[in-house]
Amino acid sequence: MLLSLSIWVPIVGGLAVLTTGNDKTPTMTRWLALFAAVAGFLVTIPLYTGFDSSTAALQFVENVAWIDRYKIRYFLGVDGISMWFVLLNSFTTILVVIAGWVVIEKQPAQYFAAFLIMSGLINGSFAAADAVLFYVFFEAMLIPMYLIIGIWGGPNRLYAAIKFFLYTLLGSLLMLVALLYLYNVTGGSFTITDFHKVPLARTPQLLLFFAFFMAFAVKVPMWPVHTWLPDAHVEAPTGGSVVLAAITLKLGAYGFLRFILPIVPDASRELAPFVVAISLIAIVYIGFVALVQTDMKKLVAYSSISHMGFVTLGFFLFVGPQGSALGIEGGLMQMISHGFVSAAMFLCIGVMYDRLHSRNIADYGGVANVMPKFAALMMLFGMANAGLPGTSGFIGEFTVTLAAVKQGMFWTAACAGLALILGAAYTLWMYKRVVFGSIGNDHVRNDMPDLSRREFWMLMLVAACVLGMGLYPAPFTEVMHKSVDALIAHVAQSKF
Amino acid sequence: MKLSYLIVPFAPLVGAILAGLWGRQIGRKGAHTVTILGVLISFIASCVVFADVLAGNTFNGPLYTWMVSGGVKFEVGFLIDTLTVTMMLVVTSVSLMVHIYTIGYMEEDPGYQRFFSYISLFTFSMLMLVMSNNFLQLFFGWEAVGLVSYLLIGFWYTRPTAIFANMKAFLVNRVGDLGFLLGIGLVLAYTGSLDYKTVFEKAPALKDIAVAMGPFGTPAWATATCILLFIGAMGKSAQVPLHVWLPDSMEGPTPISALIHAATMVTAGIFMVSRMSPLFEMSETALSFVLIIGATTALFMGFLGIIQYDIKRVVAYSTLSQLGYMTVALGVSAYSAAMFHLVTHAFFKALLFLAAGSVIIGMHHNQDIRYMGGIRKYMKITWLTSLVGSLALIGFPLLSGFYSKDTIIEAVHQSKIAGHGYANFAVLCGVFVTAFYSFRMYFLVFHGKERYDEAPHDEHHHDDHGHGHGAKPHESPWVVTLPLVLLAIPSLMLGFWGIDKVVYGDWFKGVLVVDSSHDTIGALKPLFHGPLGMAIHGLSTLPLALALAGVALAYYLYVVNPALPAKLRRQFSGLVKVLEEKYYFDRFNEFFFAGGARKLGEGLFRFGDRAVIDGALVNGSAKSIGAVAGLMRHLQTGYIYHYAFVMVAGVLAFMTWLLLR
Repeated sequence: MLLSLSIWVPIVGGLAVLTTGNDKTPTMTRWLALFAAVAGFLVTIPLYTGFDSSTAALQFVENVAWIDRYKIRYFLGVDGISMWFVLLNSFTTILVVIAGWVVIEKQPAQYFAAFLIMSGLINGSFAAADAVLFYVFFEAMLIPMYLIIGIWGGPNRLYAAIKFFLYTLLGSLLMLVALLYLYNVTGGSFTITDFHKVPLARTPQLLLFFAFFMAFAVKVPMWPVHTWLPDAHVEAPTGGSVVLAAITLKLGAYGFLRFILPIVPDASRELAPFVVAISLIAIVYIGFVALVQTDMKKLVAYSSISHMGFVTLGFFLFVGPQGSALGIEGGLMQMISHGFVSAAMFLCIGVMYDRLHSRNIADYGGVANVMPKFAALMMLFGMANAGLPGTSGFIGEFTVTLAAVKQGMFWTAACAGLALILGAAYTLWMYKRVVFGSIGNDHVRNDMPDLSRREFWMLMLVAACVLGMGLYPAPFTEVMHKSVDALIAHVAQSKF
Repeated sequence: MKLSYLIVPFAPLVGAILAGLWGRQIGRKGAHTVTILGVLISFIASCVVFADVLAGNTFNGPLYTWMVSGGVKFEVGFLIDTLTVTMMLVVTSVSLMVHIYTIGYMEEDPGYQRFFSYISLFTFSMLMLVMSNNFLQLFFGWEAVGLVSYLLIGFWYTRPTAIFANMKAFLVNRVGDLGFLLGIGLVLAYTGSLDYKTVFEKAPALKDIAVAMGPFGTPAWATATCILLFIGAMGKSAQVPLHVWLPDSMEGPTPISALIHAATMVTAGIFMVSRMSPLFEMSETALSFVLIIGATTALFMGFLGIIQYDIKRVVAYSTLSQLGYMTVALGVSAYSAAMFHLVTHAFFKALLFLAAGSVIIGMHHNQDIRYMGGIRKYMKITWLTSLVGSLALIGFPLLSGFYSKDTIIEAVHQSKIAGHGYANFAVLCGVFVTAFYSFRMYFLVFHGKERYDEAPHDEHHHDDHGHGHGAKPHESPWVVTLPLVLLAIPSLMLGFWGIDKVVYGDWFKGVLVVDSSHDTIGALKPLFHGPLGMAIHGLSTLPLALALAGVALAYYLYVVNPALPAKLRRQFSGLVKVLEEKYYFDRFNEFFFAGGARKLGEGLFRFGDRAVIDGALVNGSAKSIGAVAGLMRHLQTGYIYHYAFVMVAGVLAFMTWLLLR
């Protein structure tokens, strides 16, 4: 019941906002949206408090027939891998509502409704244990995001929205083919755990690998299918960027753990060096590219890609048949942390954009003089982005790098470790040009009041998460252990 | 876990949080009261712990489990032994002095509360670093002190030079940290733990295992690990070639130059290697590497001090050189000597920096020693304490620096490890150079002609408080001079008091491990006959002669014949240019690394992302679909006669085929 609530509370809330809200009474719309978002988050909390971390099995299971003719079921459940993302997503929705509070003047009801509905759909894809159900949620989510970018986005929003849509659709159509194939091999089941069990020869495994890989690599995004992300981020409104970076990218990475590794373990092992290589390219190449960006949102978008490189790297650290629990948990921690940190970075840029309506680094300078509170908070998030210990950004990079050395892949670790330098370089260089220095121009001097109460508490909320997780990450990994261990044991067995 | 252990690091943290978050509410007075109180409590608690350890109560245990993953337990915990308490006392006492001093130094600064918050935060981070019992927390402290250093170098964030320097410092340190992180990785990979005790227990069995490191061959585990860990130390302790950030860090306010960039943070690398002595002792290759890097730093950074005019930069280069001495001591396995020099250096160098700061206040924020002179008349306390600091620095017998530095020189003399000949030369030569530039500065500042009005007016330094140029210097307020006096006391006496206990005694027994095959301090032990005997012996040795020669030369050049240096400078302009350019390290880094990275990024972005992926593949496939569709469209014209024609032609073709079959 809890999982259904976590999906349908925001969706119903969104529909309510959509139908009752109109442009004349935006205040009521906002409060209703906030209420729905908070309610949506509250119903997910029992998922953590009631979670049984002694088992790898799916929990909070709901399993009823949906389209019986094709054995498609409304089958929900979470394990230690997916549970956190339901919470993270519902939490982020609250941030998004607060971030758009007075900023969105054009059709606020539709705006908030789109986010609430999307939130429910995303929860659905993390909770789905039936492949078709997953696919429906996974694809349906594109629609609100497409609208958000296309309606509330920047000047080049149509190009970005279509690019985003087509890019991701191309990948997921291949996944649909893969799912249908698996439906046939399993003798008529769409249950994902059945896919895990079905034996597969080498060739079908490789083909399935590429089909799934296309879908999820685009979503993560991995190099070289990443170019939709900077465009989408740049054009999306702040809230869109936050959800995109904090949550939807995680769905791609989640797909690797839920579909690719367990369904095609032999292919995964065989192709691990390939994935490791392109993950490293993502970390290093994109790190350099981020360095030279002149648009803050683009810079953070590229930094997201680089950070997500650690996730895929951590997942594919195989030696022999054995994956690395440290690597996978490190990747998961990186995903959660990136949810906070990238959200915070985009919120910070949004705060500045709301004042000067520019994302160009060159249009700023010396912001610390006029916005000291903001400067302090952004310093914290910048440091988290650069992976400073004590912030959440450190955990994933640290453990994945250690895991690589531990697996005997010293040079992989050394290359990945370059992010330590590159991440600091692009983040601090941007910070230096935007926040430090003497006041850059009259716009900065006159049009940039310090944080409002709303903005301050919004950022403090994320700051608390970044620091809290960074100082005490044990509760996060505790619930993952069983599921990750079971996954590694499963992947170690050949399916031939 | 005793309560006092917790009080030591967390009392300054509480002060930092109060002053940082509620600085405006509690005001200036409130901010310095809470932070000084925090550090004072921490200092007292350190003394309590010190007495406790002296009584034989050491501690090694976790505070809490940070994370468990992949079977590895990451913990936060404390290791309290003689090495830790030594560092705790140094950190808290110097920090306390600097806190008090700051009241006077930052008096007129609008960021007063912020500054106190930062230095208390630094104290917390540094204490977490030294009290750690595992590599994770060590790395946490390591990076946290780097963060605060970054914030403090860029404290005056509107100055372009300051915000350039702080970014440079952070990035150069990150280069070292990469090595450090990989070293930690190798530790974890082979011992399965990050806990010091477990690691040291398991290490002997692992030391010779070959580690596959691609182009670097397959070195033994101990060698690879130690060199990587030491690369981290090279960043933090500013060893060549990762030293470039330290001189620029002088852009920060003077109190932090004393606290962070002289006494404590930069010595973290020395402390870390000492802490890891059980590992470093297993690899002579690593020790040689340490030795050669240290010797190079000790000598060549000293040369740079000779031509500097900025009072803080002279002291900064002297710090670099002294860090080189400590590193040399590590290389010859004289860990206790390195630690002892770390301690004495912390006091006399903090003293020198704070005295320099006092001079800067007295000179109305002029930092150029060319425009000082004769200050001893106006600033008596600053003058005398500076003299004590300078004498301690050059190793004048009976002063603290003498005992620690002479022990290092003697230890190098005893060493048989590869590179010891070079190191021997470097440390001896360094004595002369140190004495020369220290007393060059001393004479230029405190003696000779008063040159206050010669300063060119465009060289206005920061936050000038309106006294203008040419005004007479004045002695600083008591909050500034009191720390000078309090720091002068250990600079005078600590060496005499501590040498037999710390270096030749059992103070570090069981904490610093030395392999008997290269135990240089052990070899010196029979030659040591008490601190007084050492001082008397010191009178007849080469280092003292070299030091006195350096002082004499400085006296001749800057007091007797002050016109000569300018002439010499012209004479040797080529050499001076190399020194002024700091051996071209900065140029090279800026061109090759900073410029190269930007060019590479630009290239990858324009060519890789824009042209190939987006241009050719993404938009290219969209375009080619459009083109194909455009061609196909010609088949679908919508005219009936076109379709009829195609149909007739098809029927004809089909019938022809049937007939000819």
